[in-house]
Amino acid sequence: MSIVAPTQLEAPNTAPSAGFIARINRTAATRTLTAGLVLVVLLSITRVITGADDLTSSGTVGTTLRLAMPILLAGMAGLWAERVGVLNIGIEGMMILGTWFGAYGAWQFGPWVGLLLGLLGGALGGLIHAVATVRFNVDHVISGVAMNLFAFGAMRYLSEIVFTGEQGGGISQSPVQQAPIPRFNMPFLAGGQIGGWKSPDMLGWLEEKHWFLIGDVAGLARGLVYNLSWATVIALALVPLSTFVLWRSRFGLRLRSSGEAPDAAESLGVNVTRVRYFGLLISGAFAGLGGAYLSIVASSYYRQGQTAGRGFIGLATMIFGNWMPSGVLGGALLFGFSDALKLRRSDSLTALFLFITFVAGLLVVLSLYRRKAVSAVVAALAGVLFLIAYLTVEEVPESLTQATPYVITLIVLATASQRLRPPAHAGKPWRAGEGH
Amino acid sequence: MSTPAPLPIEHASKSLLGKITTPASNPGVKRSLVTLASSIVAVLIALVISGILLQVTGKDALTAYQKIIETGTQGDKLLEMLQRATPLMLSAVAVAIGFKMNLFNIGVEGQYLFAALIAAVVGAELSLPAPLHVAVILIVAMAAGAFWAGIAAVLKVKRGVNEVIATIMLNYIALSVIQWLFDSFFRDDSVSGLNVKTKLIPTSGWMPNMFDGRLNSMLIVALAVVFAYWVLVFKSRFGFRLRASGLNGVAARTAGISSNQMIVLAILISGAVAGLIAMPSVLGEIHAYGQGVPDGLGFAGIAVALLGRNHPAGIVLAAMLFGFLDSTAGALQLAKIPNSILDVIQAIIVLTVVIVNEAVTRSMNKRTANQTARELEGAAPTAATLPEAVTA
Repeated sequence: MSIVAPTQLEAPNTAPSAGFIARINRTAATRTLTAGLVLVVLLSITRVITGADDLTSSGTVGTTLRLAMPILLAGMAGLWAERVGVLNIGIEGMMILGTWFGAYGAWQFGPWVGLLLGLLGGALGGLIHAVATVRFNVDHVISGVAMNLFAFGAMRYLSEIVFTGEQGGGISQSPVQQAPIPRFNMPFLAGGQIGGWKSPDMLGWLEEKHWFLIGDVAGLARGLVYNLSWATVIALALVPLSTFVLWRSRFGLRLRSSGEAPDAAESLGVNVTRVRYFGLLISGAFAGLGGAYLSIVASSYYRQGQTAGRGFIGLATMIFGNWMPSGVLGGALLFGFSDALKLRRSDSLTALFLFITFVAGLLVVLSLYRRKAVSAVVAALAGVLFLIAYLTVEEVPESLTQATPYVITLIVLATASQRLRPPAHAGKPWRAGEGH
Repeated sequence: MSTPAPLPIEHASKSLLGKITTPASNPGVKRSLVTLASSIVAVLIALVISGILLQVTGKDALTAYQKIIETGTQGDKLLEMLQRATPLMLSAVAVAIGFKMNLFNIGVEGQYLFAALIAAVVGAELSLPAPLHVAVILIVAMAAGAFWAGIAAVLKVKRGVNEVIATIMLNYIALSVIQWLFDSFFRDDSVSGLNVKTKLIPTSGWMPNMFDGRLNSMLIVALAVVFAYWVLVFKSRFGFRLRASGLNGVAARTAGISSNQMIVLAILISGAVAGLIAMPSVLGEIHAYGQGVPDGLGFAGIAVALLGRNHPAGIVLAAMLFGFLDSTAGALQLAKIPNSILDVIQAIIVLTVVIVNEAVTRSMNKRTANQTARELEGAAPTAATLPEAVTA
């Protein structure tokens, strides 16, 4: 099968367009940076006007990270599957496997073993999905739906056998674990310990001054380095690692080629079947890790329904992020942020209305500059609407705040330009050796 | 190979024509029978696998299956099976309409819950003669379901938002909106305790029960919806356009079919059918919206639609199979076997049925191709290139 792999496959970076791509990447990076800066400025203006300090507090950022990680991992699970050409509707189910096995491992052997077992449990789900879709060529959606159904029933069944009768355990939940994954504060920035000596908490000091912009940036930055779980660090590190493997390694090129054009890849000597098995194992492992994060880091026991649709939201984040790891991270953080605001204080939400008004105003200016009258009018209308909402709504009802992250996701998707490009062959049936 | 032979081609086309027009061996019926037989085999395989899982985890598989079969032979359990199958049929049809247009409406869940609340509230406010009252409530439910699904349709057509994301998000938004509407406006405060619900629908708006209340007549509505689905999607011009757009959007557009129009219609109809899913409970059992309106039916419908291969008859059979398995839950629990094994069995059935069907279809296609090739070769031994051309 694998004779001499052709040069195109071996050397992705020597193509003449490499410099061009790098240039595009650089301008894209500058654009993202500028946009981020503008948003931070708008956020701090909003905070100063409304006095909703939670908008940029380190606590909000910390909560954002904690809430975003399972969604990030679920999104990465979807990305790894679709990049090798297989849809994964079963992420939710694989996450359920992760929550259960993670909690079991953490309860029996400690949190780190728990994370590992959760990861393996998810990978087992990925393997089943691979056998069905790759070996037997089952429709990817059917297999995924069956996976969700299976995981829900099987884990409830196992709970009834394993957890019932243990202290605190039962059909729908596991006993509580003894020890969590350790957390740390960065020395000097957030007052971490160095060998028994407590270093100063510089960002915390700045944040408490609440100076315009400086206080906000300090708060946002401190959230990233204060009371950080090592599990979060691992999850975040997996994003650049995935980018590197998928876009900068030979193996990654083979992975992506079996998602874009499996027939072509096969004709060049790539073992598409094996590559897809590998991709789905990784996909399942990501989902399982996301599940284990839920039952070990975000909580301290397994509970039925703990995933609460995060597998599907991860899938949405993947599409939102245009099948790119950095995009998935952005989507997950946006989701986590709006989720965190809703958890903290309700006045943050009305402040958010003012923030959206500002963003809409900015969009009006941009659209006028680009001479797009229709989008300017739409943005202006939205701006007026949210300004009215900010001025009139005293408090958003508790039940409606629950919908914040979902509504924001829809608004962003509906207003952002839709230039999404999924892997060309994701979800289509394919059998080895039949394409040519 | 090199003989350009006009005569054999004529022969070949005649024998082919003969094959197609011979009424004795109707290939459609044969195919359906083979599909049915292979599905039964697949269910048996699934039961064996589940049995192994039961044994491995220390439960007696034979006892479990004995219990399942025992309950299946009781008459009133059959009624319960049909009662449980009713919403599953509706849910599966709602999902299948989307699939036929190559759309994944994963938001049936939110659509039917939203529709249930609106229908219950409107139904409680009206006072009409009985059949009309029920009809109005059903229409309101369909309109509400279509409305909620329509948001996703507008987002997709106007803004290009992927319908999978939109309907997933709308599921969660629906839950919040329902909670808010219920708490702020529609909750019946005269009812105290935990059993909170909206105002009761007057008796003229109830859907009558049959067989001493064991089976609600919504089953008839559900079967009518399945029939309408068959006519609309498989027998009408609209259905042809819908399926054509779903199979090959570009080709359909070339033929003058507006894909945007088809998307909107498919999602609206799907949502309208979804609106009916909770009606057996709202109109037949609770007569209001509140505790007891079941959730999760939207997701179960996806599995039923897939198991039934989006075909009307398949959907009815699959819904009955799932309904039957669900109806044995109590008996299993009594026999100290966790009834969550039923979910596992259902999942494994979905997978094995699809795998076996796929394998059988492949081998049948191969056999048909080989057979045709042999026949053609018998008719025209000189034209060696022909079979390839036909089988390709």
